[in-house]
Amino acid sequence: MMDPGGARRHIACIMALRTKPEDWISVTDAGIHCRPGNFYIDPARPAERAVITHGHGDHARPGNTDVIATPDTIAIMQARYGEDAGRRFQPLAYGETIELGDARLWLAPAGHVLGSAQVVLEYAGQRIVVSGDYKRRRDPTCPPFEPVPCDVFVTEATFGLPVFRHPEDGEEIGRLLASIAAFPERAHLVGVYALGKCQRVIRLLREAGYDRPIYLHGALAALCDLYGRLGVELGPLRAAGEADKDELRGALVLAPPGALRDRWSRRLPEPVTAMASGWMRVRQRARQRGVELPLVLSDHADWDELTQTISDVAAPELWVTHGREDALVHWAQQKGYRARALALVGREEEAE
Amino acid sequence: MTPFAELLDGLVYTPSRNGKLRLMGRYFTTVPDPDRGWGLAALTGGLSLASAKPAMLRALAAERTDPVLFALSYDYVGDLAETCALIWPGDGPRQAPRLSEVVDALGLAARDRVPELLAGWLDGMTAGERWALLKLVTGGLRVGVSARLAKTALAEAFDTPLDEIEEVWHGLKPPYGRLFDWLDGRESKPDVSGLPTFRPFMLAHPLEDDVRLDLGAYQVEWKWDGIRVQLASVGGERRLYSRSGDDISATFPDVVEAAAFEGVLDGELLVRAPDGAPAPFNALQQRLNRKTVGRKMLDQHPAFVCAYDILFDGGEDLRALPLSSRRDRLEDFVARTGSERLTLSELVSVDEWEHLARLRAGTRALGIEGLMLKRRDSAYLGGRSKGPWYKWKRDPLTADVVLMYAQRGHGKRSSYYSDYTFGAWRDESLVPVGKAYFGFTDEELRELDRWVRNHTTNRFGPVREVDKDLVLEVAFDSIHPSPRHKSGVAMRFPRIKRIRWDKPAREADRLEALERMIPAQASIA
Repeated sequence: MMDPGGARRHIACIMALRTKPEDWISVTDAGIHCRPGNFYIDPARPAERAVITHGHGDHARPGNTDVIATPDTIAIMQARYGEDAGRRFQPLAYGETIELGDARLWLAPAGHVLGSAQVVLEYAGQRIVVSGDYKRRRDPTCPPFEPVPCDVFVTEATFGLPVFRHPEDGEEIGRLLASIAAFPERAHLVGVYALGKCQRVIRLLREAGYDRPIYLHGALAALCDLYGRLGVELGPLRAAGEADKDELRGALVLAPPGALRDRWSRRLPEPVTAMASGWMRVRQRARQRGVELPLVLSDHADWDELTQTISDVAAPELWVTHGREDALVHWAQQKGYRARALALVGREEEAE
Repeated sequence: MTPFAELLDGLVYTPSRNGKLRLMGRYFTTVPDPDRGWGLAALTGGLSLASAKPAMLRALAAERTDPVLFALSYDYVGDLAETCALIWPGDGPRQAPRLSEVVDALGLAARDRVPELLAGWLDGMTAGERWALLKLVTGGLRVGVSARLAKTALAEAFDTPLDEIEEVWHGLKPPYGRLFDWLDGRESKPDVSGLPTFRPFMLAHPLEDDVRLDLGAYQVEWKWDGIRVQLASVGGERRLYSRSGDDISATFPDVVEAAAFEGVLDGELLVRAPDGAPAPFNALQQRLNRKTVGRKMLDQHPAFVCAYDILFDGGEDLRALPLSSRRDRLEDFVARTGSERLTLSELVSVDEWEHLARLRAGTRALGIEGLMLKRRDSAYLGGRSKGPWYKWKRDPLTADVVLMYAQRGHGKRSSYYSDYTFGAWRDESLVPVGKAYFGFTDEELRELDRWVRNHTTNRFGPVREVDKDLVLEVAFDSIHPSPRHKSGVAMRFPRIKRIRWDKPAREADRLEALERMIPAQASIA
């Protein structure tokens, strides 16, 4: 009796014994490359075939030929890059599997921003998960991270030091609302990254009962519109540039971090400068930015989430891509994992 | 501990003076006794809980964390107390102690019990509370609040004149129960007679350029180039206070020991040059801001007080008397109790304004800051009331320098490049000689900001390096040798006088020209 399934499993088993993960996944200057599928994940320069984890600029770059990503990530790339977003798109829903060459690929939610995904790769009976950027706590703008058991887990480590423990979102939003109530004559200017952080902060405020219009710097408008079209309800939004100074007293204004201390902000009435970022946990970082109200709100896993995730996916081997990889590698080795740092170029230290 | 931690957090992040005053005012009016008194003591430097050394914090953290992870974290954070506060697991049930509990327990605890106490508290605290506790026990809050600003906050919060608070301040002790009883209106003002407390200084207004005073009504004195002090010796206790009301007795034991009298004097603190004459300010500066002072320093820079005025003679309060009477009492007082540590400020005798102007023009050569004109009939009133006293300072020095770097300002100025580092030529290159952030109008600030943005050649965080093309005329009170600066010179009170849009950078001053402005007898310790 033939048992093709059994035979396949048998062959896979033999291949797995012979094949090392490094044999089919490599890290090059251009990014993480999957040899049997001949594609790059989040390539640093234009590639023939690119799998994109999420829409942030240091992961999703313009100019790729074939782009594979979740439908939301593709929409975000098209909104940001227009014609340059890519030549052909293959939308892949979470959990939907495709074969690329000899490799199988599917995407799992990463909980980082709308559309963000982990890339699950299977070849020769092995499974490697490339996390992209992720977090574990609830985010009202995207589905939660799903741990996928695997042989090699490739993780980020943006906040890979035990000093980074993000507080509950509710506490931080509560502090912002308390400050708005305490200074009704001043505007509150909150620095947020345009993709993800901006919309999450708005959603968290809405959930906390803040139903007044929220004013936006022009650079934030397009992605907020897109989130709205993709089903993330953000409530009343206004262009800060069209409001006069008196209208902005007591108002909440969101702007990209670069605009916080720049000429743009001079139009605001005595602004209380806030910043929503995991870096705000460290005083000196907040003070360098001239922030008066630091809000520790991050779209990246904090130390506890990173270590929890490593335990959850139970991969015997851990590759750490970017961030404070030394500390996470050390921790993992102490716990008995095989762990090493990948020297991945092109990731922005500040971005989150 | 929770309200105190919230206060410190607010102070760290609030750049504006008014914002800080408001935060402190809220703390003083809402937090119960004795916690608010301990908080006040911590802010004014009167709480010495320095019970934990850095090594103790490291050891504590090492028990709870992996040493490699701690080292990497400390590298990143850069501040030991903050690293410990952030890395501490802190997963116990929330129950931060009150500030007064912390102070009491640490006051009673034997040194070897301190780590255990701290660990217990840290377990029940938030990261912000842990940071506040660790700052408190390692000493040095560094939240941008001077003792005087904290007292100002008290004055505003309780609608009480700052002078009155300063007057009772040094007669009271933490946790300041008597002070708050009085401020809350439950008790009368604390009686500090018989104590060597600080009495508010009478201050002078700058004399405007075209004003001529009736010299017959004024007493004229030199304005010496030291620091204004109050020397109080009451009931056998002696104190030396600075202009801001800080007790600087420990820094100047030579002056304090020599104050063998009963009374309170107002004068200028100076040090003597080897020839016995008052030394330039730079020499005094060697002795300022030291907690303790060594023998060598005392010998090299002996300090003395040049007395301007007398507030108390024995227990007798002379402040309501006219200056002319006080002057008689002062001359008599110094004749009785004076020494090489206590001299009398000589009067300048002039009857014509032109003569006075000539004397003023000669002050720089004498190492004197200018002239003082005080109405002979003036009572000694704390604060700066306009009319009775004027200061007529020597003209500042000026130099044409080249803008080298610009840095963003703080608070309202945070979107402007408003802090300017400028240099003078040495050979073919520029060396920084000073930094200024005032002296210009709002319109000039906008122009400078625009110029900086359009001429940036390099960025270092908040600092921009600019084209070496813009000449600034800076004014400064004096210039001194300084081994800490690359140029070897340091300016006092530099400010931007004019922007020389017209002047080519290569025609700006050379370092040698600045060096020639250093007072002749200036020497570095």
